[in-house]
Amino acid sequence: MSNDVVPIYIMGKKYHVPATLTILKAMEYSGYKFIRGCGCRGGMCGACATVYRLEDSYKIVPALACQTVVEPNMSLTQIPFFPANKSIYDVEELEPGTQTLLQMYPEIARCVCCNSCTKICPQELDVMDYVQAALRGDIEKAAKLSFECIMCGLCASRCPGEIVQYHVGLLARRLYAKYLTPKAKHVADRVAETEQGKFDPELEELCRMDKPTLEKRYAQRDIEAQ
Amino acid sequence: MPYEPYMKELIKKVETTRSARIQAAKEGKHFPRLSEADGMKLMKEFHPDYKEGTKRQLAVGPSKGKVVPNELADILEAKSSLNSGTVDLSRIDYDVDVLVIGGGGAGSAAALVAQEHGARVLIATKLRHGDANTMMAEGGIQAADKPNDSPPIHFLDAIGGGHFSNDPQLVKTLTHDAPSVIQWLEHLGVMFDKDPDGTMRTLHGGGTARKRMHSAGDMTGAEIMRTLRDEVRNRTDIQVIEFAPALELFTDHEGRCAGAILFNFETEKYTVVRAKTTILATGGLGRLHIQGFPTTNHYGATADGLVLAYRAGASLCFLEATQFHPTGVIFPEQNIGLLITEKVRGAGAQLLNADGEQFVYPLETRDVESSAIIRECSERNKGIRTPTGRFGVWLDSPMIEVLKGPGTVARDFPAKYRQFGRHGIDISKEPMLIYPTLHYQNGGITINSQAETEVPNLYAAGEVAGGIHGINRLMGNSLLDITVFGRIAGKSAAEKAKQTQPGEITLQHVQKFHEELKKAGVGDGRISPILLPDYVGKIG
Repeated sequence: MSNDVVPIYIMGKKYHVPATLTILKAMEYSGYKFIRGCGCRGGMCGACATVYRLEDSYKIVPALACQTVVEPNMSLTQIPFFPANKSIYDVEELEPGTQTLLQMYPEIARCVCCNSCTKICPQELDVMDYVQAALRGDIEKAAKLSFECIMCGLCASRCPGEIVQYHVGLLARRLYAKYLTPKAKHVADRVAETEQGKFDPELEELCRMDKPTLEKRYAQRDIEAQ
Repeated sequence: MPYEPYMKELIKKVETTRSARIQAAKEGKHFPRLSEADGMKLMKEFHPDYKEGTKRQLAVGPSKGKVVPNELADILEAKSSLNSGTVDLSRIDYDVDVLVIGGGGAGSAAALVAQEHGARVLIATKLRHGDANTMMAEGGIQAADKPNDSPPIHFLDAIGGGHFSNDPQLVKTLTHDAPSVIQWLEHLGVMFDKDPDGTMRTLHGGGTARKRMHSAGDMTGAEIMRTLRDEVRNRTDIQVIEFAPALELFTDHEGRCAGAILFNFETEKYTVVRAKTTILATGGLGRLHIQGFPTTNHYGATADGLVLAYRAGASLCFLEATQFHPTGVIFPEQNIGLLITEKVRGAGAQLLNADGEQFVYPLETRDVESSAIIRECSERNKGIRTPTGRFGVWLDSPMIEVLKGPGTVARDFPAKYRQFGRHGIDISKEPMLIYPTLHYQNGGITINSQAETEVPNLYAAGEVAGGIHGINRLMGNSLLDITVFGRIAGKSAAEKAKQTQPGEITLQHVQKFHEELKKAGVGDGRISPILLPDYVGKIG
């Protein structure tokens, strides 16, 4: 691995950092102590949304600071927060109709198909496609296309229609999972059994069991094939 | 960065043995599983928990004499940042029934249920609501809800996985309530992996006797967390304060918990919260980097809750054991320590040494599996060296494509597929290089099956609590634990609040603790909770 040092610009200010570091670690190396802009450090939580430009390109590049290695002369800023309104609903009262998403988030009708959201998504999701699916009332498609959304908010920061895409995706997923896929019958059956106390005597027996007997039971338990 | 040429050469050895391994797997032949005794023997030689000089006895507090890792002892034997007089306690900023400290899975579940039981609830969280290890849990959540399974079988797995150290009453509650929390989550709209008829698609995890791992891709925790958070936000009577870590609990003159003092991270102002009951759901300790290990944990996992509860008089248990996840990333360097879910092995991927040979059954319990990997890379000298001189073993993800069909890796492990893809590694074609990583705080604050701690009016749920998993947790029992005990804590705390008058708020327990420190001659120069790890100026 290289020991090279590269210049980067954090909000316009120049720092020299090891070339192998992620943006997040490069900022810490440069002296930043994060309160905002840092979360799971593993690309799952959306806390460290970042945008940057390289010196030889007009393009705005999206990144998760914890997942992206620095590049020479990149000029970056984090966008740790962007205002976004969430609709308030009782998911028990909603119906999974073709108009539901539009009713909860009427601004999706303002989508002009500019594709800015898709271009800025650090997860490379087809954001515009799921907004369009939501607009058509295709809850399943909106749910599936948005599944890997980490709610970093970059899409909402770029949208000329002022849509908050990630909240739309979240509602689509809840509606799809709750209403448009069949409930697991085996789960309901087992819950009924546990509520009737079917397993209580055996569980209580296990609680009272001495360690050698328990060890024996454990060693002898049959294991379902892979 | 992609694999270097010498690494690609070594991958050829993996490819050479792959078809025979796949054939054997299809015939149900697998590398032999270790007996309980052999597993223990392996652990005593190679597991980091058994390394000399890494732990010490606590010199003060309710668990004085108990052994914990040095890094944890350092923050337990430390002073508060508050002294009497630092803060004006006569001005109460919030007066609530139930204060929930921590906005992860356990805290959110607790808040929802407390609200359903009529409590006025305030959630205070150190970072954003949802910033928690819950968000990072990938592989799944256990529940014995299939016809060939039962809570007692799940009980045996969990207590055997914990080497029979677990509190059996807590295991009973965990396994008994598991099917109902799956149903609760299903009804809230968590997008579980299902067959078209609604049947949950379930897999094995390390140490399970039945396929009971329910999942939502490899983002199970994230899917649960964002759903719970959305539900909390829909119930507008639940107040949420972000970027407000608790610095201390309050106790009244009878030693009962009476709320907490919060610290606004951005304005650096204090907020006084008086609460009839308080729930600690602050998560674990991964960011203490026990023995210098990298960690899978969230930025905020600095064991704050243990510190607060300990000063208030709650005992701790099973903290001598730290969980190392067998499969953390060791290459590329940028992702070091990050989790690769056990679900990858549940789907059939095997662990292989530098010769492309298996050396351990892929689904041993995590402590045994980790020990075997450490032995392979140390005593046996069969690890694969990374360009920076670290060692790891292969996790043969491409064999999943053969066992379960092309496209399975990208479909079932989208987050990992993307994460490695960013560095030019296609894990459906090339194996991953892994090594054990600091993952989970097995023990914690002692609780009973109502989630009560030993401090009256103080409850604990999630990773901060101990006893459920004893000295080793099984995969998929953590997402389960946070929902089961989060819900119980919410109910217990709300019910208790109905019979409780708000107490006076004091920091007298902190003063007492300071006196004890002074008497024992420890803790000078150390302040805790530390709130955040310190990486400034470092190459992490």
